[in-house]
Parts: sequence; C-alpha cells; structure tokens
Amino acid sequence: MVDLTPHGAGPISAAEVAEVELYHPHGWWTKYVFSQDAKVIAIQYAGTATAIGLVALVLSWLMRLKLGFPDTFASITPDTYYQFMTMHGMIMVIYLLTALFLGGFGNYLIPLMVGARDMVFPYVNMLSFWIYLLAVLVLAGSFFAPGGPTGAGWTLYPPQAITSGTPGGQDWGIILMLVSLILFIVGFTMGGLNYVVTVLQGRTRGMTLMRLPLTVWGIFTATVMALLAFPALFVACVMMLFDRVIGSSFFMPAIVEMGTNPLPHDGGSPIMFQHLFWFFGHPEVYIVALPAFGIVSDLISTHARKNIFGYRMMVWAIIGIGALSFVVWAHHMYVSGMHPYFGFFFATTTLIIAIPTAIKVYNWVLTLWRGDIHLTIPMLFALAFIVTFVNGGLTGLFLGNVVVDVPLAQTMFVVAHFHMVMGVAPILVVFGAIYHWYPKVTGRMLNEAMGRFHFWVTFLGAYLIFFPMHYVGLVGVPRRYPEIGDTAFVPPSVHTLNEFITIAALVVGFAQMVFLFNLLWSIRHGRPAGDNPWRATTLEWQTAGTPPPHGNFGKELPVVYRWAYDYSVPGASEDFIPQNDPRPRTQGGSA
Amino acid sequence: MSAIVIFLALIAAVVGWWLSHQRLMSKPWLEAGPVTAFPETEASLMHPAKIGLGVFLAVVGTLFALLISAYFMRMVYADWQPAPVPKILWLNTAMLVLASIALQGAVSAAHKGQPDNLRLALLIGALASVAFLGGQLLAWRDFAAEGYFATENPATSFFYLLTAMHGLHIIGGLVALGRVNFRAWQSARSETLVLPTELCAMYWHVLLVVWVVLFCVLMGWAADLIDICRGLLT
Amino acid sequence: MAIALVLVLIVVGSVLFHVLSPWWSTPIASNWGYIDSTLVITFWITGTVFSAVVLFMAYCVYRFRHKEGQRASYEPESRKLESWLTVVTAVGVAALLAPGLFVWSQFVTVPSNATEVEIIAQQWQWSFRLPGANGKLGTSNTRFIGPDNPLGLNPQDPDGQDNIVVVAADLHLPVGKPVKMVLRSIDVIHNFYVPEFRAKMDMVPGMITYFWFTPTKTGTFEILCSQLCGVGHAFMRGVVKVDTEQDYLAWLQQQSTFAQLSAPTKTGALVEPAKAKAD
Repeated sequence: MVDLTPHGAGPISAAEVAEVELYHPHGWWTKYVFSQDAKVIAIQYAGTATAIGLVALVLSWLMRLKLGFPDTFASITPDTYYQFMTMHGMIMVIYLLTALFLGGFGNYLIPLMVGARDMVFPYVNMLSFWIYLLAVLVLAGSFFAPGGPTGAGWTLYPPQAITSGTPGGQDWGIILMLVSLILFIVGFTMGGLNYVVTVLQGRTRGMTLMRLPLTVWGIFTATVMALLAFPALFVACVMMLFDRVIGSSFFMPAIVEMGTNPLPHDGGSPIMFQHLFWFFGHPEVYIVALPAFGIVSDLISTHARKNIFGYRMMVWAIIGIGALSFVVWAHHMYVSGMHPYFGFFFATTTLIIAIPTAIKVYNWVLTLWRGDIHLTIPMLFALAFIVTFVNGGLTGLFLGNVVVDVPLAQTMFVVAHFHMVMGVAPILVVFGAIYHWYPKVTGRMLNEAMGRFHFWVTFLGAYLIFFPMHYVGLVGVPRRYPEIGDTAFVPPSVHTLNEFITIAALVVGFAQMVFLFNLLWSIRHGRPAGDNPWRATTLEWQTAGTPPPHGNFGKELPVVYRWAYDYSVPGASEDFIPQNDPRPRTQGGSA
Repeated sequence: MSAIVIFLALIAAVVGWWLSHQRLMSKPWLEAGPVTAFPETEASLMHPAKIGLGVFLAVVGTLFALLISAYFMRMVYADWQPAPVPKILWLNTAMLVLASIALQGAVSAAHKGQPDNLRLALLIGALASVAFLGGQLLAWRDFAAEGYFATENPATSFFYLLTAMHGLHIIGGLVALGRVNFRAWQSARSETLVLPTELCAMYWHVLLVVWVVLFCVLMGWAADLIDICRGLLT
Repeated sequence: MAIALVLVLIVVGSVLFHVLSPWWSTPIASNWGYIDSTLVITFWITGTVFSAVVLFMAYCVYRFRHKEGQRASYEPESRKLESWLTVVTAVGVAALLAPGLFVWSQFVTVPSNATEVEIIAQQWQWSFRLPGANGKLGTSNTRFIGPDNPLGLNPQDPDGQDNIVVVAADLHLPVGKPVKMVLRSIDVIHNFYVPEFRAKMDMVPGMITYFWFTPTKTGTFEILCSQLCGVGHAFMRGVVKVDTEQDYLAWLQQQSTFAQLSAPTKTGALVEPAKAKAD
C-alpha cells in the first residue's frame, strides 16, 4: 500500500479553470434546445439516434417478412428490398450505434466520470449535435426523394452504387446518402474533438489515466479511432460524389451498362473505393465495440461488487485493439480480386487481434469468480453480452482466416456473424447501460418487471434469430437475396428455418416497444432512485444532486484519491469506496 | 494505402510517446491519495484549445494522407496522364509562405505586446492567404482554358479535388483569422490575442506543410522520389 | 438463478443444434476438401472455447450469486493466470491460422497445367470464353463491345479468333482437369459462386481476377452471383455442367468461335441461336 502525498501543490487542472468560463443558460431555449450542456446534448443525441433506429428496426421487420414469406410479401420487390437493406444497415451502424455510444454515452458520461463541469468546447459540442440532426434529416429525406433511397448496400460499392441498375443510383438516393454521410462526419469530428480533449484536459485533480473507469477508456479510444478512420469514408464519399455528379472517373472504369449502354467513365478503380471504405469500415467495428467493452466492464464490476479483474491488461488490450484494428481492413476483401498475397498478411493481423479480445473476455468472466453477483437487470444484460459477443467473436475467426472465408464470404453466415458481434452484443450493452444509468439521468429506477420481460425476450430471441442463421449461410445461401427461390442445393427445410427466424425477429422487435414504454412510464412512475442506487464508486454517482445539475458537481470539483474499482476492499466497512473518498483504506489491503 | 499507413504510424508514435509517460504499468489499486508525486499524469497546463487544434490538425493530416494514398493508387493505371501544372502555383506557394511568416511575426508581436505590429502582421497574413486563394482560382481558370476539365483524366480530376480540399480548409481558417483581425483593430490590448494568434499561426503552418506536400505530389516529384527509392532498394 | 440454467441450456442447445440439424455445406464437387477440413477444425476449436467460457460463467453465477452477508474477494489481477491464458489463446489462434495459411497458399498457386476458362459477367447474366487450339485467350476491352461482339474481344488479336464464345448459355467443364477461371465483368462488380466448388472470387470491371479448382464430380451445378450487382442480383443464375472427357469434347464441337460469330454472313445458321440469346 503506497499512500501518496495528500494535498500537495499539484497543477490546477483545466477543469477548474473552465469553471469560471462555464456557459450558463438563460432561458428555456438555451437550456433545453440550443443547450451547450453535455448532458442535454447527450439526451438529444440519444433521442435522435433512437428515433432513426426505430425506422431501421421497422425496415428489418419488412426484410425479414420478405425473407421468411416471399410469396405472401410479393409486394416487396427487389428494388424496395435493397433500399430497406441499405438504409437498415447504414442507420444501424452509423446513425444509431456510433452516434449513441459516442454522442449519447460519451457526452453524458465523460464529463461526469472524469470530474469535469462540462465538455471543454461546449459551443462546438452543440454544433456537433445539430449537424448530426441535419445528417439524419437528409438521410430520412431520401425516403421521399424521387427514386427513393439508395439500394446499393451499406458498403456502397461502385460502380453499382451509381449506375442505373441499382435503386437510387441515377436518382437522388445515392447523392443524399453521400451528403448525409459527409455531414455526419463533419458533425462527429466536432463532437469527437470534445470527447478527446475533455479526457486529456478536463480530468479533475487526481484523475490519472490509470484511475479512469474503463467506460471512459473505451469511449476515449473509440473516439480517437473514429477521428482517424472517418476521414477515409469522407474521402470515399467526396470522390464518389465527384464521379456521380460531374462524371469524373475515380472509381469508375470503362463499363457498358446492360451490355448495350457505354458510360463515359474510363480507367477508375473500384477496388480503390473498397480500400478506402474498409480502412474506415473495420475500425468502425471497434468504434462500436470498444465503448461496449468499457461499459460492460463497469457494469460487471459494479454489480458483482468486485474490482474488474486485470485492470491494467484491460487498458492495454483496449489500446492494442485500437492500434491493430487499423491494419486488418483488407480481411473484408479476401475475395475482392486484390493481390492474393495480401491474404497472408491480413489473416495474420486479424487473428492476432483475437488475442487481446480474448483476454478481455477472460477478465470479464474472472471478475465474476468469487464475486458477490447481484442479478440485477444491468448484470443480466452484461452476461448476455458476453454470450453473444463470444459467439460472434468466435465466428469471426472463421471469416478472418482467409481460406475458411472463401466458401463463407458473402453468405448468410457473414450476416449472422456481424449481427451477433456488432449488432446484438453492443445493443445488449446499450440496454444494460440504460438500465444502469437511467436512475442518474432521471432520478428514478426503470420498472423491474417490464425490464426482466424485455431482457429475456431480447436475449433469447436474438440468439434464436442469429445462431441458426449461421447454418443458412453454411448451406450456401448468399446474403442480399430478397428470396433464394428454387435452388437445387438449398433444401426445403431452409425455408422453414427462415420462417422461424422471421417470427423470432418480429417477437424481439415488439419487445422493444415494452422497453420504450418503460422508458417513458418510469420518468413519472419509477421508484425514486437516490444519488447512488447501485452503490458504485465512480464520480458520476457522487454528484451534488440527481439528476446532476448544470455544472455537474457542487461548488468544488471532486478530488480523486483512488482507482474506480475499490469494491469489497478487505477491512473497509462498506463494500465500495467512492473514488473521491479521501479516507485511507483500513489496514489489510491486498498485495 | 502506403501514405496513410506511414502517416498513422507517425501518429501512433506520438500517442505511444505520450502514453509512455502516463505510468500505464503502475498498479492503481496500490496507490491511494491525490498522486501529486507524478504531475505528468494529471491534465496538462496547456490550453485545451491548443490541444483541440492539434487533434483537429491530426484529423486534417489523415484526410490529406488518404487523398494522397488514393492519388498514388490511381496513378499506376495506364490511362493516367498528368497535365502540366499551371506556373502560377509557384507564386501561390510563395503567398502561402508569406502568410505563414506573417502569422509567426504576429505571434511574436502579441507576445511582446506590440499592437501595431500585431495588426499589420495579421493583416498581411490574411491578405496573403486571400491572394493565395485568388491565385488558386486563376490556376483553375488557366487549367480549364487549356482544356483540362475535371472529367478529362483522373490526373486532372485529382488536381481539382486536392486543390479544392486544401482551399476549403484555408477558407475555414480565414473565418477565424478574420475574427482575430477584427478584434485586433477593435482593441489595443494585444495580450488577449496571444492565444487566438497562436492558434491561427499553428493552423497556417500545418496547412502550408500540407500544401507543400500536395505541390510535390502534383508536380510529380513525389512519384519520382518513390521511383528513386524503389531503384535504391532493388 | 434462472440465468445460470439458461446459460447451460444455451451451450447444450447450440451443440445439439450443430450436431443434429440437417443444415451443413452442400456435398463438395471440387478439389477443395482442405477448405472443408479447415472449417471443421475451426468449428471444433471455437466450439470448445464457447462452451468452456459460457459454462464457466454459468458456474460462477450459480456459485457466487448474492446471498445475505456474502462479500466478494479482492483480487486486482493475477499475472500468472493472465500470462497462461494469453499463451493458451495464442496457441489456439496459431492452430487455426497455420492450416488456414497453408491451404491459402495452395489456393493462390495455380498449377501450370490448368486450362484457362474466361467467365464474363454482366447485369444480369453469365457468358464464357474458352481458348482455341493454341490454348490462349485473346485480349479484350470493354470498348470493343458491340452487337456482334458482346464480350468485347479484340478483333485485331490473332489469339482471339479461334476462342470459343458462349453467350448466356451453359458452361461445360471436363471432370478431373484443373481449370483457371479468369474473371471479367463489363459493368459492375459480380462474384462467380458455385457452392459445390467452395471457391469464389469477385469479378471487377476494369480488372481481370482469377481462381482455380479441379472439378471432381460430374453433374449440373448452379452458378449464383454473390456480390450485390443491382436489382437483378438474386436472379443472376447460370449453369455449369461438369462432363466426362467424351461428353465435353462433344459439347465443344457444337460451339462457335469468335471469328465465326463476328462474320455472320459466312457462317449463317450457326450464329443465329447465339445471337438471339445475346440480344
């Protein structure tokens, strides 16, 4: 036990300097609409992301209905199916998950968890949200544009994304999609600068990096990655916009549409787009996963009343995954026609990244070992996350291992894999996190009975959707087929399985309505929560009031004396010691 | 993708260097107290705006590194016909250098508390940048007059794309620089302008470096350099 | 408590589903049995890890669930355990990667005796070209595409004249002979996918890609497109027939060459069916 000099003349953190400059809202508009308070911006981000996410959810039902019952839903033509598919994918990955984890949880939790009064650039933070909203509106607007939204698939591969054989390719759909993405990236960059600099400069006294909760580590690393990865999508979008609007040939080779209609382009390289896209696209997976990793670590630790096992390893793993994820992008391109020797390199880097990821999984389950596990709803979601993440992560070893990928690439196996690992798993964390932090945001607990119903249906239902789907892909059914039709190698039983998956998807979808109802109902009728209902150590639970007031902490910022995981410390009277508790631990500490 | 991988390796080196001072090997559960023994692990005293701009410039650098990567990837195809770059780009480069020097002068004037010199330097910086943008427009006009439109050949498409991207960043910077100019003429107190002037100078220096790299790429020197390196290696 | 039971059921159910369900890869009809073996190895290793982690978790939840007066133990880390787990994981990953890379090196090394067959994709149909007597495919370019030349062969290239052109009809291959599939697209990206062959590759306009395999079973197999190529993607089907040597040669006799196709006045009737299909 090393007790370091208390109350020395350390440097004054920027958070205390910023206290003087903190912007104070004067009226209703600046308080709730054009607010510069990160907590309000967080709610705005989360609300917008949820709203557009619901659209994507409904689109997934329509797709599933077509896949399960192609004849009954003959009115869903291939055109509309591809439009639904594209919008579902793009919304879920970018406008829901990225925005919710970074814009929603990042804005709410970073200042509170590092002990800052607000983000360092509140005005830019506000702009970030409004540009994001504009991006969402442009995207939603494409539903009403002539020709409808683009049906190019969320990967937007040229040439098909901008040719006439694809819905929206020669209409407004693709243009609005590209413009919306460009806006999103601009807006995100503004927010991202805030998240990064707040973690760097806004930390309160005593909050060293190694005392940060893993939630902050996850969101911080993901933001750094996003700042460096999104420019690749930006460049790809701008260049495709040039090709589509003024007819340049960045990605467009000489092609003859429908065998008769030569296009004026010449010499462009479609593969170049894929490199740019996946240079963004692969880090994007971890941009969604790392915040989930961080949050789930804190949920498990708090609700098992035990410190997270191997905190240092967890931090190193986050950094290692973040760095490695920039050199694995071409594992999405094993059968793209790129030079086959790249396969050796990218398969190796991809499988190496499995090692730090596996370490994180081990440390989560080892945290449960000899814990005092409270099976609260956040804990249940955390356990469900581990199951689905391990499942989805392991199927990633099939697809990352270049030659095993060859028969599985572009089949339903891929769809099942990425939905399990970056759809279901992170969303389960989102739910767990909402059940965990809702009491801090509203001052009331979410209804327990509705919560448990929501958990069981969502977890078991999602597993029943996506686990069997792997086997549909193993049979050989390709993805992005609105219907497989009569195909010799597909046995009729696959159609039955498809019907089952569709029904499971509808049930899981409707369970989310219960969750939304619970969110609204509990604002008024939930059990009052108090300041620290989970008896957690981190700073957001030690605020002056609940919900935290403007400026987060009372007159003085908290000073941090310990790491974020002092649960069940031997000899201590309580089973948790808040980070800002100055009392020395009683003798008998470990090590 | 070599340009972007090299650029990100540089960023990773900077991040790694910073992380190496953050005691990532320490065991936080053994250390209680406000940890004043290790001031480097606390939030630094640098102004957040400077760090914010630094991070933003890293993002800008990534953007241009990616564009250059795309340029190199596209360059190896057979139909690539680089057009002769307009001569006026030399003059434009000189203008941007002048702007950068003027803003560096403004920083030292602000530090020394010389409001007149500060105003003059800021004004020269802004005017030189406007001249740069005007010159770029002239370059576009000349280029188009010679028949090199954006759709003519991928090489010309890239010329317009790269210069436009860089120009947009200069325009964005000019909004900030315009505000600093305005404030400098409004008040005689130069000390309040130290930070904004420093930020502008930092932004201009980086955009100058970006421009010089782009200029080398557009002139074909970068490709020559790669060929020479390849020749040396084999 | 229920959760511990459910976790066990998930493991048992998943394993039973894997073993008992009728859904598995279609019977293989090419030399890529190694790919299937690697896949099975991967299933074994990942299945074991999944079961172990989830069962361990279920045990923890059952054994350490909250009871009155219980307190968690305090153990920040264990370097020994973590190092062990890292090493074991690394070994497991290597066990997956090594066979994978070994088979990949075979996959990318085309044997020298492989015959070239060109596949040409367009929205939304398949065409084929086989070399003539000298075993060479003539050059091609999208710019040459016209009513008489739907595949864009270079009319000046002598190597191309005796190439056999099959537009929008079935492809035949002789059994037991390695083929190098040379892939080309004239509009958007497609992907040549026959599930029974296991191998697949994108066809990118402006590029020529390839893969190789040896058909090992005679029969009729369906070609699917497996890269989104527009609204007709799901309906872009073709047929490849793997014949005995004799049947193959018989089929070959009936096909017309590029020279015959591009000079319709001289060959008359032979060209008509092919042309009709091209239109």
